[in-house]
Amino acid sequence: MPAMNMIEALNDAHDVMMARDPDIVVLGEDIGYFGGVFRVTAGLQKKYGTSRVFDAPIAEGGIVAAAIGMGLYGLKPVAEIQFADYIFPGFDQIFSEAGRIRYRTAGEWSVPMVIRSPYGGGIFGGQTHSQSPEAFFAHMPGIKTVIPSNPHDAKGLLIAAIEDPDPVVIFEPKRIYNGPFDGHHDRPVTPWAKDPRAEVPEGYYTVPIGKAAIARAGEAVTILAYGTMVHVALATAVDNGIDAEVIDLRTIVPLDIEAIEASVRKTGRCVVLHEATRTAGFGAELAALVQERCFYHLEAPVIRVTGYDTPYPHSMEWTYFPGPARLGPALKAVLKD
Amino acid sequence: MAKDTAKDSARRNRPALSLHVPEPNARPGDPVDFSGIVIPAAGEAPRPDIAAPAAETHPLCYGLVRVLDDQGKAVGPWDPKLDAEKLRRMLRDMTLVRVFDERMFRAQRQGKTSFYMKALGEEAVAVAAAHALDREDMCFPTYRQQGLLIARDYPLVEMMNQIYSNKGDKLKGRQLPIMYSDRAHGFFSISGNLGTQYPQAVGWAMGSAIKGDSRIAAGWIGDGATAEGDFHNAVTFAGVYRAPVILNVVNNQWAISSFCGIAGGDLTTFAARAVGYGIAGLRVDGNDALAVYAATRWAADRARSNLGPTLIELFTYRTEGHSTSDDPTAYRPKDAGKAWPLGDPIARLKQHLIRLGEWDEERHAALEEALGVEVRAAQKEAEKQGTLGNGHFDDVDSMFADVFADLPWHLAEQRDAAKTERGVG
Repeated sequence: MPAMNMIEALNDAHDVMMARDPDIVVLGEDIGYFGGVFRVTAGLQKKYGTSRVFDAPIAEGGIVAAAIGMGLYGLKPVAEIQFADYIFPGFDQIFSEAGRIRYRTAGEWSVPMVIRSPYGGGIFGGQTHSQSPEAFFAHMPGIKTVIPSNPHDAKGLLIAAIEDPDPVVIFEPKRIYNGPFDGHHDRPVTPWAKDPRAEVPEGYYTVPIGKAAIARAGEAVTILAYGTMVHVALATAVDNGIDAEVIDLRTIVPLDIEAIEASVRKTGRCVVLHEATRTAGFGAELAALVQERCFYHLEAPVIRVTGYDTPYPHSMEWTYFPGPARLGPALKAVLKD
Repeated sequence: MAKDTAKDSARRNRPALSLHVPEPNARPGDPVDFSGIVIPAAGEAPRPDIAAPAAETHPLCYGLVRVLDDQGKAVGPWDPKLDAEKLRRMLRDMTLVRVFDERMFRAQRQGKTSFYMKALGEEAVAVAAAHALDREDMCFPTYRQQGLLIARDYPLVEMMNQIYSNKGDKLKGRQLPIMYSDRAHGFFSISGNLGTQYPQAVGWAMGSAIKGDSRIAAGWIGDGATAEGDFHNAVTFAGVYRAPVILNVVNNQWAISSFCGIAGGDLTTFAARAVGYGIAGLRVDGNDALAVYAATRWAADRARSNLGPTLIELFTYRTEGHSTSDDPTAYRPKDAGKAWPLGDPIARLKQHLIRLGEWDEERHAALEEALGVEVRAAQKEAEKQGTLGNGHFDDVDSMFADVFADLPWHLAEQRDAAKTERGVG
């Protein structure tokens, strides 16, 4: 099995599916001839032609709307929004349209569309290239929201998303495009090549949407995480000698509630971890679900470890980022009693 | 406000700025005033070849394509030269829209549904376009293009079932009345969020082009909603990708209570938006069914020849209120609709047919009578399945279906909770 970084794995998913299905078209800003600012679509236009892989105007609302129209026609559009921070001009088309067309037409039409977008901080992207907007999308009826944490899952989830009959938003943690990141920004970067999760099968396979993975089995505490934070959770648990069970959610809607319940019932303790701002973040939903469904198994209150409710600051990125310095003490606190 | 400082004292010698907020030329109590409306003579506008460069159409964006003159004669190069049967069919469809609207407006007043929107005075916009398009072409309408469905023979009972949200409503009571959807009739689901369908129409057309299909798309938007970003996105994408789409702007001059000047309509024409985007544009008398037909056909032929999109402004007038929830006497002179100088689209087409010797008042009265019977019969049939006020669509399982293709656990749980709450679980 070839080792791939996440970019190569996502590129491969496009390639595998475009070869299988002539109805797949790819559009987005700079994604055609150039192959995307992160290179996820590199080589696709040359291989599949300009009518299947093409640059779009800088109009995210137009990109999403055009993709909806193509989906209504019968194509399977895969749209790239260059940064998740730019997705908001397309918000109305996603929220009011894509997510509701199946419902409001009683199933006569649906929008089999994928929107991919790099998200999250840790690359000195400042306020407008670092945000984590997943909670907005989790709040939308009719939209599935997927967040992979490694190359293997990224390819399998993207293929599953392309095959899904409903609109799927995939947020790709750009900090780990090229290698896993434990949250210690001062340590040398490790590439994916040496990581078993970078072993990406050739050809077609799927990772099911709505299924979490146990990234690390443990007994002491459950950490619920996704994207970059899975790696931060794993490293922080090991660094602190804590036998944590790390659940990589992989999909936040629909959520794998069974995996969450099974883990929390076993450990009796739960820390919810995300990079997004805290208030009304997806962690609030997770914490509520855990207390609703596992209250009598809990030994301690659920703790949220998150970004702060500020815009993502440029020079103080590492003060903002919920890294080991924030997660470590939270783990100790939840284990105290 | 910050205090002036020595540094900005130079500003004090400059005139004070003031904000311009456009106002219509008449409000309630004022006499109706359409004197500022320039109406070129019928037959005057030249008709470019469908393969003409877009720029050749741009002078037409400031004029008005008109075919029917004041005497009901079809004149000039835009005369589509339709046979009498087609003309009678268009007259019948427009009249049916009007009869249907009247009946459903009354049904709302009788408490049988929550909401209705008439197309009074705008019937030609949708009906003539539907006849000019191919049956397989895909329509992305607003809420005032019920004429598309009627012209495509969508059953009246289906329309009423939707209006009543009754047990026969194929949309299962999920949509506000008149927000129809029917795939088999090429009529895309209406959204209450204005303008969203416009760039979707462009995307559909791009899909048709990507697949080498021969079908085109047509979208409609109101004058008010052209101010939405979706309008800009639609026209940009349509132009950039030379999408096979007709982009109609129905300028009925009122967006609820806001006159078209609030959308920039008194600065230039809506058709002139085409100039800035470099696509073909036409400004058309929307109350002239023959002009609407001819312009739509011109744009359809152009799109089908891979020559790209056309923006068509249909200049018309919203004769009555925005909807059953609106009273236009609160913001414009009473009876403004009756004074509209471009007349009534049904009366004009009728006059034309009579002039041709293909119609007469007796036949028209008989048509109205027959359509009234047809609509009342459909209403009786629909009401057997209930109305919103009495026996509306009600099924908890259905309420949770179609959010996704499959029902995820959280919706299944919520459905079960709803059933328990209702005592039907």
